Formats: sequence, structure tokens, C-alpha cells
Amino acid sequence: MELLYFAWLREKVGIASESVPLPDGIADVGGLLTWMADRGPGYAEAMKDLSVVRVAVNQEFAHSTDPVKDGDEVAFFPPVTGG
Amino acid sequence: MAIRVQSEDFDVAAETKALVAGNTNIGAVVTFTGLVREIAGGEAISAMTLEHYPDMTEAMLAKIEAQANDRWALDASLIIHRYGRLEPGEQIVLVITASPHRQAAFEAAEFLMDWLKTKAPFWKQEATVDGEKWVAAKASDDDATDRWTENFPESPAKIVVAKG
Repeated sequence: MELLYFAWLREKVGIASESVPLPDGIADVGGLLTWMADRGPGYAEAMKDLSVVRVAVNQEFAHSTDPVKDGDEVAFFPPVTGG
Repeated sequence: MAIRVQSEDFDVAAETKALVAGNTNIGAVVTFTGLVREIAGGEAISAMTLEHYPDMTEAMLAKIEAQANDRWALDASLIIHRYGRLEPGEQIVLVITASPHRQAAFEAAEFLMDWLKTKAPFWKQEATVDGEKWVAAKASDDDATDRWTENFPESPAKIVVAKG
């Protein structure tokens, strides 16, 4: 799957995007978030307060119970501030 | 019905004229232009940089515009949103709505702005004397979006915070 990071999440993680295989036993957005937080200090810092983390799966806003599968584009970012 | 996401500036008068050209059913045109302010959160800023998620931005703006067109009888609409580095006084966003009578155009323009503030994937970073700061989302923007859904159950659900 393709993982994308935007705004301060990108800065904390340290990269804008990466390709990773779907982790074993992960089937939804909530599981992916928990897995992400264990990947290293930058990831842990980025995922520290999930109330300010939004997730989109294939360019659609996603809930924690929405499924993820290999091949998906999953983006992590703070609440939007456009306009 | 059109959306554009671009780094270049836009000309409100030229965009308005082009949007309504040839359609004499239009009796009302509302334009909203958002500008970069020199003060943000009580602090002076020298510039603002807008980051976005290109594929999703286009998809979300098209969806938001389709919602407005479902809800109001619009003859034409346009959303332009800029990204990149902008200085105080520069234009950030343009919304134009056109309809036979003014109420639909006024309401749809406000709806489009409220929705794009909370649904379009843009993030602002402000340059201040203390360095660069990411702008935090405002609860008042969520409230402004929510008021459009109260009597409109067909609207997409409010974005739910992802919890691990």
C-alpha cells in the first residue's frame, strides 16, 4: 500500500510518502493507526494525539472501522485548514 | 460548474464575466474572495504557505460543488483555490455562484465556503517572527458546516475523528 503524510504529520514522520506491504493482521484504519505508532519515534510522535489525525483511504475521508487492503492509498494528515 | 486548484493568482472580474457569458437566465451572481490577512491569531505573519493533497483536493471540491448544485438551482458555479506561498493581501480562494434570483446564489456561495473550509484537504502554515507554524483547525468552522446539515439528512456524515 502507498502511505502519504501531509503538513505537520509529514514533518514528524520525516517523509512525504512510502510504499509498504499491508502489515500482518491489519484490516482497518484503526489497526493501521495502532501499527503506525509502533514504527519508530517519528511515527509515535505523529500519532500521539489521534484527535488531531485524519485519515483518507483512496482519497475519501475514512473512519477507524473502515477497511484497508493492499494496494490502497492511505493518507494521514491534520484537520484541514483551507479556504 | 468548474473547479481549479492552482498556484497562480486569479482575476475575479474576468472569471465572473467568463462564467456568466451567454447565459441570460442568470439574474444574480455572488462572488466571494478570501484574502491572506497580515494578522493571524493575534500574531503578525509575513507569509502563508498552503500545502494540499492534489488528487483528493480535486475530488473533494468536485463533490462539494455537486452538493451545492443538488441543493440550489444554480446556472453556474466556480471554485478556485490556490496553493503555495502567499503574502498578506494576496487572494487565496474564489467562489462564484450564479442563479436566476439572488437567494440561491447567496446561500450556495456561503455553503461552498463553509464546506470547503472543513472538507477540502488544504493546510496552512504561517511564517511569523517566531518561525513557521501550522494553523490549527477551528471548531467554529465545523459548526458553520454543521448548520447546513441540520435540515438536510441526505448530506454526507460529518467527518468522524479516526480513533486507534
